[in-house]
Amino acid sequence: MTTTIPATNPIPAANPGLASSALPNLGCSTAPVLRERGQREVFCGLTGIIWLHRKVQDAFFLVVGSRTCAHLLQSAAGVMVFAEPRFGTAIIEERDLAGMADCNEELDRVVDRLLTRRPDIRLLFLVGSCPSEVIKLDLSRAASRLSVKHAGQTKVLNYSGSGIETTFTEGEDACLAALVPELPADQAAEPVLMIVGTLPDVVEDQFVRLFAEMGIATVHALPARRSDAMPPVGPNTRFLLAQPFLGETARALEDRGAVRLDALFPFGAEGTTNWLHAAAQAFGIDEMHFRRVIAPGRERAKRAIEHSRARLEGKRVTFLPDSQLEVPLARFLSNELGMHPVEVGTPYLHRRHLAQELALLPAGTLISEGQDVDLQLDRVRAARPDLTVCGLGLANPLEAEGLTTKWAIELVFSPIHGFDQAGDLAELFARPLRRRDVLRV
Amino acid sequence: MQLTVWTYEGPPHVGAMRIATAMEGVHYVLHAPQGDTYADLLFTMIERRAKRPPVTYTTFQARDLGKDTAELFQKAVRDAYARFAPQAMLVGASCTAELIQDDPAGLIEAMALPIPVVPLELPSYQRKENWGAAETFYHLVRKMCGGQTARVRQDSDAPRANLLGPTALGFRHRDDVIEITRLLESLGVAINVTAPLGATPADLARLGDADFNICLYPEIADTACRWLERHFGQKTVRTVPIGHGATREFVAEVAALAGVDPAGVLATSNMPWWSRSVDSTYLTGKRVFIFGDATHAIAAARVARDELGFEVAGLGCYNREFARDLREAAQIYGVEPLITDDYLEVEAAIQALQPELVLGTQMERHIAKRLRIPCAVISAPVHVQDFPARYSPQMGFEGANVLFDTWVHPLVMGLEEHLLTMFRDDFEFSDSAGASHLGHGAPGHAPGHAPGLAPVAQPELVLAVAEGAADAGGSAPVEEPSGWSAEAEKELQKIPFFVRGKARRNTERYAAEQGIAAITLATLYDAKAHYAR
Repeated sequence: MTTTIPATNPIPAANPGLASSALPNLGCSTAPVLRERGQREVFCGLTGIIWLHRKVQDAFFLVVGSRTCAHLLQSAAGVMVFAEPRFGTAIIEERDLAGMADCNEELDRVVDRLLTRRPDIRLLFLVGSCPSEVIKLDLSRAASRLSVKHAGQTKVLNYSGSGIETTFTEGEDACLAALVPELPADQAAEPVLMIVGTLPDVVEDQFVRLFAEMGIATVHALPARRSDAMPPVGPNTRFLLAQPFLGETARALEDRGAVRLDALFPFGAEGTTNWLHAAAQAFGIDEMHFRRVIAPGRERAKRAIEHSRARLEGKRVTFLPDSQLEVPLARFLSNELGMHPVEVGTPYLHRRHLAQELALLPAGTLISEGQDVDLQLDRVRAARPDLTVCGLGLANPLEAEGLTTKWAIELVFSPIHGFDQAGDLAELFARPLRRRDVLRV
Repeated sequence: MQLTVWTYEGPPHVGAMRIATAMEGVHYVLHAPQGDTYADLLFTMIERRAKRPPVTYTTFQARDLGKDTAELFQKAVRDAYARFAPQAMLVGASCTAELIQDDPAGLIEAMALPIPVVPLELPSYQRKENWGAAETFYHLVRKMCGGQTARVRQDSDAPRANLLGPTALGFRHRDDVIEITRLLESLGVAINVTAPLGATPADLARLGDADFNICLYPEIADTACRWLERHFGQKTVRTVPIGHGATREFVAEVAALAGVDPAGVLATSNMPWWSRSVDSTYLTGKRVFIFGDATHAIAAARVARDELGFEVAGLGCYNREFARDLREAAQIYGVEPLITDDYLEVEAAIQALQPELVLGTQMERHIAKRLRIPCAVISAPVHVQDFPARYSPQMGFEGANVLFDTWVHPLVMGLEEHLLTMFRDDFEFSDSAGASHLGHGAPGHAPGHAPGLAPVAQPELVLAVAEGAADAGGSAPVEEPSGWSAEAEKELQKIPFFVRGKARRNTERYAAEQGIAAITLATLYDAKAHYAR
């Protein structure tokens, strides 16, 4: 079923779903971007640990940082948790800074204690933080030292989730990028598909089933669910990004010869169709067969989305910068639910990976990158959108001002990708509006 | 370096935020990277505040480090001053900015703002949240009261007191303030200023108008109260009115300082009768483990022993600043003081002591849930559940009522205990039906259920999914029952489920101590006799 395609093959042009072929409408492709540089009300990259540790079940994430880092993780984790989680913080103390203790020796001691307590851990990430970056603690050297020390039991890698270098989801990007050089070389003679980005297992399984039905039998996922099952990579790897925030990971994969398949991100019926189609084309799947395979899911998605249409159609929505999912989600809301994006703010705009998405945003949408939160809130108050998608620190204050909000973090913690989650995704946006309408208090 | 899984306290700048957010007219400019803005959600989500905390973060990035982070700080101060027009400003650095040594104090001094400015030095790598709050409040008080003199009281004036210590994100501070204000008013004592909660900087400048201070939360207000004693010669009421007895003592102490008659307000709690009434007999000698901030833990120990008839089996606190007070209290109850901020140590202590009730923080609630021990929350760190919509103070006479209800309800009620024993062979009272008070249809089996029993759904997992972020996999393994004779095992099943787990553990511990390999019927009853009280 699969055929080899050369790595240099031009990537198929923008193709929003199947219904309409590529159109000359450029949407927001060339729209000017408002770049702001002020207070950024966003999480740092450490937050990604919350979902990464759930995905890779034999990995432990050890933040080398301050009490603030530990407090952030516990606050962002929603509430406090029952059991001993697979993340923790090695808190740098005064004596480490004053040189009374050697940071590296201290770190070795902490890791020894941790691995004694948790012999089930096969992969340990040392996660850099703002303080560890500022004092220039070399975690990559520490990781290689500790990898040797614990060889045979635990592999030790490092990445930075620091707020001075990463914003929220960029932490996952940094983590996956750190995994890429460790991946085994793929010797396959034929192209192999890889899905890149943390997805809930149930969603990943749905995609794998669809690909199998199409005839793409082997589908790798990065990250895998266990550290010893991380996928191989090589010049025959064709990868689909499942998340729009994986710029570094994509580059690292490309450095190893892998080829990115350009597509919309798999949100909604159209986004998911386009994403699956990119793989189908790359693997030479017969077009009719492809349509037959996806038809039931696509129809289910459309039906499920329809439930929220009445609530959302014609409503105005603003996204404040949070997870970098903003552009694809605004595209979904605008194209499939008839919402009008007012401002789409994103912490970082990856133009190349979002090229197709931007082309499908209605012309006139204000795209902003970075943040000056007070100025941005002034714009929200002036525009008074029907729905504002924002972080947890801002939601209740905006509600108190009479603006309906949706917490952005739920979009990161909930299964929203693919056909069978499209209805849930629409519902996430519709629910705050429905609630506003039903309440009589 | 300290390996930390969960923390009881945030960094000291979060303490400063609790002061700034509690007050009106104060703005805090915090030199900090972008991730530190998470702290806003503590106030807007956990406490459901309708306003953003009055905090501007500079949110510097790596690329700024080589350039001018100091200019970034000054710009943030300028913008915040122009936008929020505060009466007073706090400035400081979070852990990362402390390392880059931009000197916010010097920078803001150079800006010569026309309002009082308090530069905060809160060493993030040594100190924690409560200390940061106390230090911030103290410096603000000092700044605002510096040039003021104490008011000379006229004979015709009603006595006046300041109520000091309540903050944003405090455990029931909102309701405690209402309760204590009512109590003082009924005594004929006027509140001069309540601070920091709801106060402006101008209010702080009037602290000297009061005749005395009430140190409601020593963790926050003690440092400021000591300074006010020296500066204005104001006396401090130090009894913390948590529990019926402590509230009576508090009233007596206030009345003595204010020169008023306390008689009229001394008996307004239901707690004494509720506790003496016969249904409460079953509370006698229940072993309770207490952990929290020192003030709440010490107060809880007194209520537990003297007002509910419990036995204090363990007592501890996470804030070392008040370790001495806690050690003294532990001595009174004849227990080892547990002073630690390591959650795993607390868990180990609870596991070893096997109390019948845990009074703790949200951390201990999770530990207790896992060990299937009833638990009530008595102290910060706070959780969204600790901000109930209803009025629910911990302090004063109404607070004593609340303590009775919230500590007793997790336990199996007295009458219910007998009924369960009597009817436990009826299908409606079958073991797997569990106790209704545990809610969620959680089955009542203690950990380590007998191998012969049908496995029940893991309540931890159900709850883990519900709370969305749990990892049920990592908990300490529950000891497998070993060496039980069939006869002893069968007898164990006759013991009501809510004490069966304890009976099993006690018997196994007894067997281990006595070097008995096979647990027989006799061992079971020997152990029962051994642990009888």
